[in-house]
Amino acid sequence: MGLTFKGGVHPLHTIHEGKQFTAGSALTEMKAPPVVSIPMSQHVGAPAKPVVEVGQRVLMGQVIGEANGFVSVPVHSSVSGTVKEIKNIMNLNGKPVPAVIIENDGLDEKCFLPPLDYESADREQIIERIREAGNVGMGGAAFPTHVKLSPPPEKEINLLLINGAECEPFLTADHRMMLEYPEKIATGIKILMKALDVKKAIIGIEDNKPDAIRALEKAVDSHSIRVATLKTKYPQGSEKQLIDSITGRIVPSGGLPMDVGVVVVNVSTAAAVSDAFLLGEPLIRRAVTVTGAVNVPQNLMVRVGTSTEDVIEQAGGFSGEPLKIISGGPMMGLPVPDLSCVITRGYSGVLVLDKTYTKKERQSNCIKCGRCVDGCPIFLNPTNISAAATIEDFEKAEAYNAMDCMNCGSCSFSCPAKIPLAQNIKFAKEMIMVNRMKEKQKKQQENC
Amino acid sequence: MILSGSPHIRSNASVTKIMLDVIIALVPACIAGVYFFGPGTLTTIALCIASAVGCEAAIQYFTKRDIAIKDLSAVLTGLLLALNLPPNVPWYLPVFGAAFAIIIVKQCFGGLGHNFMNPALGGRAFLMISWPVAMTAFLVPNGGIDAISTATPLAALTNSSVEVATIGDLFFGNVAGCIGETSAFALLIGGAYLLIKRIISFRIPGAYLGTVAVFACLTALAAPGATGSSVLETVLFHLLSGGVMLGAFFMATDYVTSPMNRNAQIVFGVGCGVVTMVIRLWGGYPEGVSFSILFMNLFAPLLDRAFKRKVFGEVRSVEEQ
Repeated sequence: MGLTFKGGVHPLHTIHEGKQFTAGSALTEMKAPPVVSIPMSQHVGAPAKPVVEVGQRVLMGQVIGEANGFVSVPVHSSVSGTVKEIKNIMNLNGKPVPAVIIENDGLDEKCFLPPLDYESADREQIIERIREAGNVGMGGAAFPTHVKLSPPPEKEINLLLINGAECEPFLTADHRMMLEYPEKIATGIKILMKALDVKKAIIGIEDNKPDAIRALEKAVDSHSIRVATLKTKYPQGSEKQLIDSITGRIVPSGGLPMDVGVVVVNVSTAAAVSDAFLLGEPLIRRAVTVTGAVNVPQNLMVRVGTSTEDVIEQAGGFSGEPLKIISGGPMMGLPVPDLSCVITRGYSGVLVLDKTYTKKERQSNCIKCGRCVDGCPIFLNPTNISAAATIEDFEKAEAYNAMDCMNCGSCSFSCPAKIPLAQNIKFAKEMIMVNRMKEKQKKQQENC
Repeated sequence: MILSGSPHIRSNASVTKIMLDVIIALVPACIAGVYFFGPGTLTTIALCIASAVGCEAAIQYFTKRDIAIKDLSAVLTGLLLALNLPPNVPWYLPVFGAAFAIIIVKQCFGGLGHNFMNPALGGRAFLMISWPVAMTAFLVPNGGIDAISTATPLAALTNSSVEVATIGDLFFGNVAGCIGETSAFALLIGGAYLLIKRIISFRIPGAYLGTVAVFACLTALAAPGATGSSVLETVLFHLLSGGVMLGAFFMATDYVTSPMNRNAQIVFGVGCGVVTMVIRLWGGYPEGVSFSILFMNLFAPLLDRAFKRKVFGEVRSVEEQ
């Protein structure tokens, strides 16, 4: 019986959450495509500034974009070759983002950072190396890791949590990382512990991955690092829920994990941290699960900048009519607006959905069954917020604590009336933010 | 390519499936009703369902909305109303009762999900007030072709000339009463089905039945020997007679008219139990289940507000720190 939190849902319980398609597929290195497009913004925070020129030859691992401010990381070339163009490409939100387009010469000539012995390095050096390597949260949010490792002095951190829950259905990339690179993850954890100056780290893994639990138990030094078995339930991998499940500490509403002395880092991120020290390799490739309606669902190590189309081709192409392509998992992933959208540091899966999962279902009135209330891990009343959002009463939505919602989608998933609750709540949240901005501007104008 | 917000997968629960599950759960009670009160019962059930579905379709047609009778909610309302009627009522009672339930109680307030009280019970209350005699003409179970009118066991509480039924008869249903409430056994099978399928939780029925039991126990202890039966017998009598089983598992648990929050549901169940017992012991009607649930329906939104769950992390706000 694993540790767990209150609320949540069991997505696709009957079909083993779609993970069975790829759980047994070992990570294979995908050949870098002839052309890569590397966006300057692959992280939360300010986009990087391009520092290369058209026609310039770049090496694999070379910095092509400089960090722009504290909450920002440098961007590196994932291949060796020639810069063909610097232009805007479409990101997953359908918005233009500056990118460096590099023609791959296929030589993979490396220009990594010099390896760094973490045992002799001090805290500052470790955090600086993690920043230099462009390390960001690889679970999807892509928050710069060095920022997480630099909490304000008044926040005392005493525990590092490593997130290996992988609660999203269909995704198995983290699972394979844990199975195939447990030593890397263990080393990464030691480095992160040193950076945070904590004595204890716990790896949380859902009980549907017993092999990963065994692999990591074997790899870690059980004295200061241990593995916690979690109940398989969505959203177990959500930071606040993970902290609650493992430690029982409750992150205050509107607060961050550091408010309860915890920093949470994804398992793949920990592995990438290890690479940055032992190999000097910056974050230029990542594990990606390609699954759903493709001919050969599998796990791949993909270079950053590879297009979604190339990845799908590698997986044998579509096996049915692709109606929706998701980057990430089906619960929180973003729909891919165009096949040219590239793999970035936070892009954990390519999920192709055909008609099996995209049935158009008739929406009916809310029958107040309370499934959304029971499923909400934040204990909100999603149907009330959604109803307020539909009549555009955003003050009411705010009074129902709409801003506490983290868009996990458990409400929409469980709704028998097929109401797009999560989308409506997201809309309310955006409008509340817009209204707050307006208020602020109004006040400033009055003061002038 | 389809672009839409997450989540991209949905559970296979649907309103129609939920309605169908409740209808399936009511089948044992229907069978018991037909078995004890004869095939005439089927006519009442059929009339109720036909009238409910017909009225739903008609009002949706005339108000130019999508005709949504396929969601089975009108079928369920009709069926629940039928189970709350005496077996051999004149044809116009099911027809007018179902029409009132659907048109006035449900559709006038906005249709599915918007009614503030249980449509079937609203229809029943309307019939009770309009045709009190026909609504209390109960039949002797297994009475054969010549239907014999009789009083229900609960009437024995206030009228000593009525013979008290045995607990076994009450449990299996060999007593006079409405079609659906006669057999506690059949209702428990249906209730168990709903609990196993997770259509309902035990909170409302548990709180309701628990309160009735505690209340009955207290009255028995307060006046020992008054009814000539033991404390246990009094408790079982109150739990098994009348509509309390039907009400606790099928009427009070109606999603639309009961609270959504867990604690509010428990309070709602307790409220139903208290009002039921007050009406049974001191009220003008022998049975109080329908009115108690209708009464508590009105409080459901208030209870939901009063017993709101604390949001995750709302221990102290960030500003206070």
